[in-house]
Formats: sequence, structure tokens, C-alpha cells
Amino acid sequence: MTAYFIQAFIYLCAAVIAVPLAKRLGLGSVLGYLIAGVVIGPIVGLVGSETNTLQHFAEFGVVMMLFLVGLELEPRMLWDMRNKLMGLGGLQIGLTTAVIMAAGVYFGLGWSVAFTVGLIFALSSTAIVLQTFSEKNLSKTEGGKNAFSVLLFQDIAVIPMLALIPLLALPELVEKAQALAGQAAEHHEELSLVAGLPGWAYGITVLLAIAAVVVGGHYLSRPLFRYVASSGLREIFTATALMLVIGIAALMSLVGLSPALGTFLAGVVLANSEFRHELESNIEPFKGLLLGLFFITVGAGIDFGVLASNIGPVLGITAGVMLVKAAVLFLLAMVFKIKNSDRWLFALSLAQAGEFGFVLLSYTVQNHVIPTDLAQMLSLVVALSMFLTPGLFILFDKVILPRYEKSENKPEADEITERGTVIIAGIGRFGQMVNRFLVANKIKTVVLDQSVDQVANLRKINVKSFYGDATQPDLLHTAGIEDASMLVIAIDNNERAVELTKYIKRTYPKVMIFARAFDRGHHFELKHAGADFIVSETYHSALELGKEALIALGVHPFKAEQKKATLRELELCYKDSLYEMWKKKSEDSKYSTHFRELFIELETAIAKAMKSEHLDEQARVERGWTPPPKDYEKRMNENEE
Amino acid sequence: MPEERKKILVLFAHPSQERSEVNKLLFKACQEHSDVTAIDLYREYPTFHINIDREQQRLLEHQVIIFLFPLHWYSTPAILKQWQDLVLEYGFAYGTDGTALKGKTFFCATTAGGSEKAYQGDGYNHFTIRELLTPLEQTANLCGMRYLAPFVLFSSRNASEEGRIPGHIDAFNTLLTSLAANTLDLSHAASLSVLNQALMQETQTASQTR
Repeated sequence: MTAYFIQAFIYLCAAVIAVPLAKRLGLGSVLGYLIAGVVIGPIVGLVGSETNTLQHFAEFGVVMMLFLVGLELEPRMLWDMRNKLMGLGGLQIGLTTAVIMAAGVYFGLGWSVAFTVGLIFALSSTAIVLQTFSEKNLSKTEGGKNAFSVLLFQDIAVIPMLALIPLLALPELVEKAQALAGQAAEHHEELSLVAGLPGWAYGITVLLAIAAVVVGGHYLSRPLFRYVASSGLREIFTATALMLVIGIAALMSLVGLSPALGTFLAGVVLANSEFRHELESNIEPFKGLLLGLFFITVGAGIDFGVLASNIGPVLGITAGVMLVKAAVLFLLAMVFKIKNSDRWLFALSLAQAGEFGFVLLSYTVQNHVIPTDLAQMLSLVVALSMFLTPGLFILFDKVILPRYEKSENKPEADEITERGTVIIAGIGRFGQMVNRFLVANKIKTVVLDQSVDQVANLRKINVKSFYGDATQPDLLHTAGIEDASMLVIAIDNNERAVELTKYIKRTYPKVMIFARAFDRGHHFELKHAGADFIVSETYHSALELGKEALIALGVHPFKAEQKKATLRELELCYKDSLYEMWKKKSEDSKYSTHFRELFIELETAIAKAMKSEHLDEQARVERGWTPPPKDYEKRMNENEE
Repeated sequence: MPEERKKILVLFAHPSQERSEVNKLLFKACQEHSDVTAIDLYREYPTFHINIDREQQRLLEHQVIIFLFPLHWYSTPAILKQWQDLVLEYGFAYGTDGTALKGKTFFCATTAGGSEKAYQGDGYNHFTIRELLTPLEQTANLCGMRYLAPFVLFSSRNASEEGRIPGHIDAFNTLLTSLAANTLDLSHAASLSVLNQALMQETQTASQTR
């Protein structure tokens, strides 16, 4: 037990130190994990033989990642991007694989090995590139957008690759492995449902398993999640999410399919579910940690002996691979008319090999497609190319961009600005009205609510909504708060509404916050927290009723309407000074604000102001149309004479 | 002999700007002049609750007042009438002590769907634009303002198709520039039937001096 604790501590410690450091240096978290692994493995030697076992465990992070990739794939978004995806992405993978495969064959590799190596190097690093784009604000550039579609296509292409690679197994490697396994006796054999089945039965079993995932995901998941969510226990929901992913992975392993394939499929099936964002935010941390662990083990597994003895080839292959990738990308950018600095950004940003390269490498070794010593060398190449990526971005920033900035004309300002999404937290009667109004005016909204029944009811009337606690940062993140232009807060819990406002203003200062306040105290708290627009929930309806009452009691409707406007304007005039009063008070007695006193003060102020309106006809606020004095014409004539 | 520069206030009223083809562009042109304060009344007062103090203050700060609007039933859109009713108060704009607007220059910049022919005694509208806008002319007179002829784009519904908009905007820009520099012959401009005529002369003299 003690040994486990110490080991776990070493891994976590390395990650905690190395990853933030790497991010600060602009290297990205993937490289941080790799460095951490290199330090505790080959350099210091704190960890050793267990990395291999750990790596198998950590590979589950990849399974989870593909589940999340599946969840993100909204069919409509894919359809909108189909040209870029298939054109740019497909050609990039096809051409790169072909060139690298040709080079591999030229240098004496077997065709299947060369092909696999080509596939592995065709992939780029989604993690590093997207993170750098968002850090450097390049996501919205033409180069950035095109790079994103290529990365998306690569992520999807991993699925067929995982299916394809086992078919390329080298007979001699399989034989060797079988001989080894034979020596190591039978106890190592994996559990399998399909071990002794004839071909047709095997086919049927596999189809049944896939059907189970699709049908189960579509029909059974909803009642299950609803049942669990209505218990209100967050950790049980997490447990359910984990159970789902692990269960599917187990089922797929049992029938001899890739677990990653199965969970990817499940992800796609659940992509339209109202529980999507909640699922994502629950799985995300596990995925992050396990993937991190995976990269650490890759780092720890780097054999410096291999590196030292192969330093020439490793450097050569790295340079060659990056050159080939950049050249292919540059060519595609020309074909697809990506211009100027964007062309360079597109070509340079995707020139590295990616984290999926590691995944595919360990997968190929397991499936006896590539000999272990070659795989070790290739994983050095992948790591090295990733290490060089920040350098390429610096090259782009310092050398290429300045050259184009001089020659490029300023882009024409667009008339129509792109409207970002509005996230609506809380979909009770209030949130519903807001949502209906925005959607009717073609604003894209993402609706979140904590009540399963509410979400289910809304889904019945075709309001797209998601289950989840909107005050959880994870959930907001998966709902796309980074790119949203506004968050509407209409949740029932006052304190959490204020907390949420503070959190968003701190973390995403660009997102506007429109909030509903319970009462005036809450109103001020929200304002203090930084909300951009606040409305008290009963204010306008109460004023409306008051106005109708005046009318019913004989006041002329137009006059009543003006009185209402007067009251509103008065409140606006007094609001700022009241707010200042409130701030002072709440500072004096931090936690026991005397709202009652404050309200009495306000009421007196308003009553006084209203009264003075009646006395002074020329006072500003209630000035409607004023007739000239009775004898004004006589006075004017006198003047002229 | 140019005196000191004049400050211009443009009060713009258009109730459905997403369908505007001319006025929106004229308003945009106003916003680009440093001597012009351009106010979109429907944006500022969507509920018609006009802030009288603010509007009177604006009038005090400018020497040239322009109403910019599409002609609605031979008059201004509703909010400009509301603006007149509330802002031009006794004691401010007219009456014994109402001298705040004295000496300022005022005119309308408007667009009309009908052709210039229609706005004549023998046309189907029977009156010229200048005649139709006499209530505003008399309002200006009562307030002691110098009233200039209206600046008009006729047949405005077809202006876009016939490519007449850029020229109209250029003319408006010239007008604003000469008003700000105080180079426009005001008594001549007051005597015309439409202000556009003064501009032709203006551009001619400008090209001659060049």
C-alpha cells in the first residue's frame, strides 16, 4: 500500500510541477506531461518497471477522449463543414500518408509498416494546436479555422485507423508474440465471448453488441439518467457516467472490438441528449488525468539509450516528417485559396505529429504491426516534433506575420457581426420567456436547468435544453461559455446567482451577464458582483398592475402611463445613490445588511420626489406636454409693440 | 468671408431602419463629420419618453438644426412631432423669454416617394414639398430661426436601382461641410424651393475657384 501511495505521489508531483511550467513557457500541457515523465523516468529514475502496466491503465483516458469527441459531433455542424472536412482534412491525411509511406518503402520498410507509419505521422496535435490558437487569439483567423477543420477530421479519422491497424499485423511478430505467450502459459489469456465461435456467429455477436450500444444509448440512457439525476446526488451522476463508459468499453473488449470505437459510437448517439453537457463535464476530469498519466508514461518510457544510439536518424526523420507535413499543408492551402499569412499559419501550425501518434504507436505494438524498437524510435520523433511546435509558432509571430502585416490591406469591416450564443441558466417561467423571445429573433441559445422534469417538459415542446447545474464551471465550459457573448442568469438560488456572476466576470470578463434579481438587496449584490444588466423579477409586472389600478380608478390611461414612466425614471435617478448607500452599509456590517432601513429611506425619497412633482409643474421628470400660459398671446403682442 | 465654425445638430427619425435605403446612409454620413452631432431619436427614445432637458441642452449647444426623416403623410414621422411638442416649450423656444433658438439655422432633409413632378401645383400631390412643410417653416419663424429650403430626394423608392443615392449623399456632405464652415449663402438658400439647387451653385463656384 505504502509503495502505491509513494508512486502515485511521484506521478502527481511531477505533473503538478511540470505542466504549469510548460504552459507558462508556451509549450502546452501535453509537452508538460511528457517532460514530467522524462524527468521521473529516464533522468532521475524514480519510477521504472510499473510504467508499462500503468500505461495500459492510462490508455483508458484515450477511450474517454473518444467518447467526448463523439459527444461533440453534432451532425449538423459536421454537415456544414463537410467540404472543408473532406477536402482539406481528407487530402491532408491522404497525401501525407502517401508521401511518408513512399519514403518509408524507399528506406527499406515493408509496405504495411510504412503505411502505418504514414498514418501515425499524418495526425497532428489537437491539444497543442488548439490551445496555442486560443492563447494567441488565432482561432478566428482564416488559417486557424481551416486548421481546426483538419484537426477535427483527424480526430474522426482515428476511428477507422484503429479498426484498420490490426489487419496489418506482421505474421512474424504475431508468431513471436504467440510463442512468448505460449511459454508464459495459459493464465494470461483474456476474457472473451467470441474466442471459440465460428466466423458467422462472431459476426452476429459483434453486430449485436454494436446494436446494443446504439439502441441502448438512444432509448435506455434517458430514463436511466433521469432516474439518477432526480436523486439530486452529483456523485451518483458521475458514477453513472463512468459506469456507462466503462461498461461499453468492457462489452467491446468482450467481443474483440476496440473499446475506443464503442465509446465513440456511444458518444455520437448521446450527442443530442439533454444530458450531454453534464456527461461531458463529469467525464472530462477523468479523461484529463488519465490522458496526462498516459503522456507521463510515454515520457517515462523514452529510452535514452535508443536516443543516444540513433540520434542521427531520429533528428533526420523528425526534420523530414515536419518538412513533408508542412509542404503538403502549404500545397493544400494554395489549392484551397488560403492566402498570405494565413497560408503560413495553416502550414506551420499543423506540421508536428500529435498525441494520437503515441496512442496509435502503442496500439500498433500491441497488435504486432510495428516492431518494438522501431516504435520506440518513432515515439521519439513524435515527441521531438511536438517539442519543436512552439518554436514554429514563434517563427510565425516574429518573422512571417510582420512581413505580411505591412503588405496586407486592412480587411473590410463586416456589416453583419456574428452573433454569439446566449447561455440561459435556469429555465423556469422567467428563463423560458427570455429564451422564447431570443430564439424567435434568431439568437442561438443554450439552455441549462437543474430540474430534470423541467428539461424533459421543455424538450417535449421542442425547446433544446440541457440538464445540469449551471453554477458548475465545468458545465459552463462544456456549454461553450468561452465563445458565448452573454449569460442570462435566471436561477432560483440568490447566493449562487451572485457567486456565478463573480466567477464569470473574473474568468470570462468579455461575457455579458444579464441577471434576474429577487429583490433590491439581491439587485445590488448582483450589481456589485459585476452584472451588466439586472432586472428585479416582480418590478415591471407590479408597476403594470399599479398603472391598470390607476386607470380603473378613473385616471386617464395616457396619464397613468406617464405616471408609471415617472416612477421608473425617479427610481433610476435614485438608484445610483442608493447603491452607494448600500455599499457603504454592507461594508460596515458585512453580513447583516439592514435592508429594511434602506428601503424605508428609498420610499421616503421617492414619496418626497413624487410630491414635489405635483408642486412644481416644471420639474423635469413628469414633464409631458405643457400648454403655454393662458394669456401668452397678449404678452407676446405687448412685447412686439 | 468664413467666420467661426458652426456646430450642426442632426435629429434623425426613421421608425424602421432595417428597411431604409437612403436615410440610413445619410445618417451614417452625418456621423463622420466632426462638426455634426447626429442623434437617432427612435434609438434614444424607443418608448417616446423624450428627455426635455437633454434635448433643450443639445439645441443650445448647436447653431444649425436639421431634421432628417423620410416624408410620412406630408410631414415628419411621429417621434419628431412628439419632439416638437415637448421640447419647443413656451419660455424656451417662444414666448416672452423664449429666445433660446434665436438666430439659429433650421431646415429639413427629407426623402419623398413621389417624383418632383408630383409635388407641384398640377401634380397629383398639388403642393410643393416646401409648401407642405410650412408648419415647420412657421415653427422656425416663431422661434426666431432662419428657415432654409428643404433638402429633398424625390422618387426615393427607385433611387437605389437608378444609382442616384451616392450623388445625393455627396451633395449632403457638401452641404454639411459648407454649413459648418459658414460658406453657404443663407439668404439665397432660404429663397429656393429645394436646397439641392443651392448646392449645384455651391459646387460650381467651388470648381471655379479651384
